Amino acid sequence: MPRLSTERAQIYWRRNISLVIRLLVVWFAVSYGCGILFFDFLNGIRVGGYKLGFWFAQQGSLYVFIALVFYYARKMAALDREFDVQDEQGDN
Amino acid sequence: MDLQQLSFLVVGATFCLYVGIAFWTRARSTRDFYVAGEHVHPILNGMATAADWMSAASFISMAGMIAFMGYGGSVFLMGWTGGYVILAMLIAPYLRKYGKFTVPEFIGDRYYSKAARAVAVLCLVVCSVTYVIGQMKGVGVAFSRFLEVDYETGLLVGMCIVLFYAVLGGMKGITYTQIAQYCVLIAAYTIPAIFISLQLTGNPVPQLGLGSTLQGSDVYLLDKLDQVVTELGFREYTTDVRLSGLNMFAFTLSLMIGTAGLPHVIIRFFTVRSVQAARSSAGWALVFIALLYSTAPAVAGMARLNFIQTLEPVPGQHLPVEERPQWFRNWEKTGLLAFQDKNQDGRIQYHADVTRNEMTVVDRDIMVLANPEIARLPNWIIALVAAGGLAAALSTAAGLLLAISSAVSHDLLKGIFRPAISEKQELLASRIAMACAVLGAGYLGLRPPGFAAGTVALAFGLAAASIFPALIMGIFSFSVTREGAIAGMLSGIGVTLLYVFQHKGIMFIPGTAFLGGTPPNWFFGIEPNAFGAVGALVNFVVTFSVSRFSAPPPNEVRHLVESIRVPTRAGIAHGR
Repeated sequence: MPRLSTERAQIYWRRNISLVIRLLVVWFAVSYGCGILFFDFLNGIRVGGYKLGFWFAQQGSLYVFIALVFYYARKMAALDREFDVQDEQGDN
Repeated sequence: MDLQQLSFLVVGATFCLYVGIAFWTRARSTRDFYVAGEHVHPILNGMATAADWMSAASFISMAGMIAFMGYGGSVFLMGWTGGYVILAMLIAPYLRKYGKFTVPEFIGDRYYSKAARAVAVLCLVVCSVTYVIGQMKGVGVAFSRFLEVDYETGLLVGMCIVLFYAVLGGMKGITYTQIAQYCVLIAAYTIPAIFISLQLTGNPVPQLGLGSTLQGSDVYLLDKLDQVVTELGFREYTTDVRLSGLNMFAFTLSLMIGTAGLPHVIIRFFTVRSVQAARSSAGWALVFIALLYSTAPAVAGMARLNFIQTLEPVPGQHLPVEERPQWFRNWEKTGLLAFQDKNQDGRIQYHADVTRNEMTVVDRDIMVLANPEIARLPNWIIALVAAGGLAAALSTAAGLLLAISSAVSHDLLKGIFRPAISEKQELLASRIAMACAVLGAGYLGLRPPGFAAGTVALAFGLAAASIFPALIMGIFSFSVTREGAIAGMLSGIGVTLLYVFQHKGIMFIPGTAFLGGTPPNWFFGIEPNAFGAVGALVNFVVTFSVSRFSAPPPNEVRHLVESIRVPTRAGIAHGR
């Protein structure tokens, strides 16, 4: 297993951090944003029987969370391959 | 066969299943005992994590809380799921790469200090013990309500089962029993929800049913609910804010970072094969958790509507005392439901105004437990709900007990006091520690200290304020020092405990609250259970300030942090 140079390791880490920050912005937006801060505003919009703010607080944010974690796992797997730092046992 | 026999049968069958699994998955090494040999499949680990995570509080209490809080109950839904996003991106992969057995071990290595490790053990034990008391109570209560055995007997039976599989199998046994327990609890939760959704809206998917129109009309279920609760004088269901927006914000944040900092959840990610497996396993855990958590609001809304419409089928037409249904009479016997015909009109009035309200006791927990009876579902489903409640309580208790016993045997004994003991001796010590932990938890369940109620939310606040910041700074900063981390953990947990004690009493003893327990005295209107977020902030600030004025960490720490950031060679865990 070739060792990663310090510079490459730093680039890898920065790419990881920037991905995490982008995803955490979405995480914040759907829960604290749509579910709490802009709750009243979004409640003006209706989707079926749900007011949209209420839907985000009790349903929507959960689904977005799941999508975020899987998206992160997939993107990181690709990043690991690009930098050749995958776990040797790691295909499962 | 009557309901009680059927309940014994179903509960007995699930217990046999757990014991059988325990025999099949005995632990043979400390690695088996602490991290299940590190080859649990990510999807299976996700299931085990979901069972580990979802306690009696999630299974029994959460839907009831949402039913009576409406929108305000959303803090639990978002808080207890959003934490997994943080866990998956900021904690689990790096700690898996670190590859040792416990959370305090990481803190000890990263902060190059046995004192830091000991402080982390202290924080872990405080969080986990407050949490486990609630689970033992849940076991006793589930037994006494469904099987009509004594609370004490029920608790003893539950303890024996946990003692057996946790001592024998350690993490390995716990993992595979948790997978079975997940299957039991999710079936017990969703099947009644599907039937009730079908009855009310004609839609078999509860998540969609909540947003649908009522059967045989074009009125949306939530609109109807808003209308009936406001007519009774309650606040509108879909907009009922919990105290204030700021309080909801702090509460949600506190639950989220508490989730990401609870050691019994974090160690579940030590059991998978690789860093990538830890990342995807967090996603699977969230899928399995969301299956229950997205159903809960539907259960809540529909149960509230059913409940009100039972008491007042047509506006103005209150339920005559003599005509109250059988389930109503059954739950009266438990004391969780009670009425008093104040105006002597032979009918039961339910109202938000205390002077007019005749439903004197409506325990929130019955919303899930009585749901199948209210909807007139067959007895085997009611028996399944009993088994599901027990599975939820037992699986969480076992996970917590493992976190406590491994902190004692691995961190305190092997790591600090007797580093020379052999693996065989350590395995024996961890089994003894586990047995003691089970007995201790059982004792606390039998003689619950005054603060047993509401302890679960407190455990989150404590984890949020102590362990979570230490982990985050340990992974994302090179410069945080030993002195900073120790001062930060102690001040975070100290401030949170102080705030809770000053408003709720020292050790929750009534009368010792020196600042009063009412909203006007709260810091920015933040309730004590939501204070973990502020405690975490204090921890971060103290840690950074102290770190600036102490000697920088040695070079090895830099290498350690660099190595956990890159997945290569996650390899095999080598406990020390």
